[in-house]
Amino acid sequence: MRYWFPYPVLSLLLLGFWLLVNQSVSPGQILLGTVLSVSLSWAMVNLEPSKPRLRRPGAALRLAGFVVRDIAQSNIAVLGAVLSRRKRPVQSAFVMVELQLQDDNAIALLACILTTTPGTAWLEYDRQTRMLLIHVLDTADGKDWQSIVTHRYERLLREIFE
Amino acid sequence: MTFLVDLPVWAAIPVCLLLLSGSAITLAGAIGIVRFQSFYERLHAPTLCTSGGVLLIATSSMIAFGVLQNRWIVHEVLIVIFMIVTTPVTLMLLGQSALYRDRAEKNPEVPRKTETAKTDPKIDIGV
Repeated sequence: MRYWFPYPVLSLLLLGFWLLVNQSVSPGQILLGTVLSVSLSWAMVNLEPSKPRLRRPGAALRLAGFVVRDIAQSNIAVLGAVLSRRKRPVQSAFVMVELQLQDDNAIALLACILTTTPGTAWLEYDRQTRMLLIHVLDTADGKDWQSIVTHRYERLLREIFE
Repeated sequence: MTFLVDLPVWAAIPVCLLLLSGSAITLAGAIGIVRFQSFYERLHAPTLCTSGGVLLIATSSMIAFGVLQNRWIVHEVLIVIFMIVTTPVTLMLLGQSALYRDRAEKNPEVPRKTETAKTDPKIDIGV
């Protein structure tokens, strides 16, 4: 069973996604979707992803709340930086952040969060030194990015993934 | 576009507001690419489009077609999820290639590789 269906949850999700995109539950689409989702999960075997074990749905909800709020706030902040008439250019800077996350999936999710939030861009993560290089558009507001990443995001991500 | 006539007024107002504000944010992102000075600052401008712009326009589409066709409104959710998952890939590629070029040219404004930065006491890495 494990051999034929190495990632049963992934296969089911892919099948559901296929049927949603095609907006049909006809037998032909179900057959095509099943073939695609099972063969694609074989492709995943070669990629050898670490299987995430998700815990604490409450922490995930809180994280989603933080992210939505931060995206809204930083959208307004970056809009201000783009449209302001002042001649002084924005004080952008590179910021080094030390990560404590171990799980690859958690780091990938953190990358999505930091990138989707306008005003921070994920540039480089070094696995050996665990140092993350981000570029911050406006450092004039004096935010401490190390503590924001550690206390706001990493704490919840570790609750969810580790 | 004639089917939009069927949209009731109570739904048309939020749809228009969301669509216009989403488009305005996307336009602002495009203006930002022109107005910002350095490459790394310009990296931030398109994230306005991929976060705020996409979220607002997808929400307006959800309301419009949820009201008009009474259908499941999951396509927009899928669009938002794929936007969030795929944006970091291109952004990191662009950022890392710029970093690589600037380091090769020994641009002093760009931080060096982290191994050297960590052993160099002159660079404050905030640990």
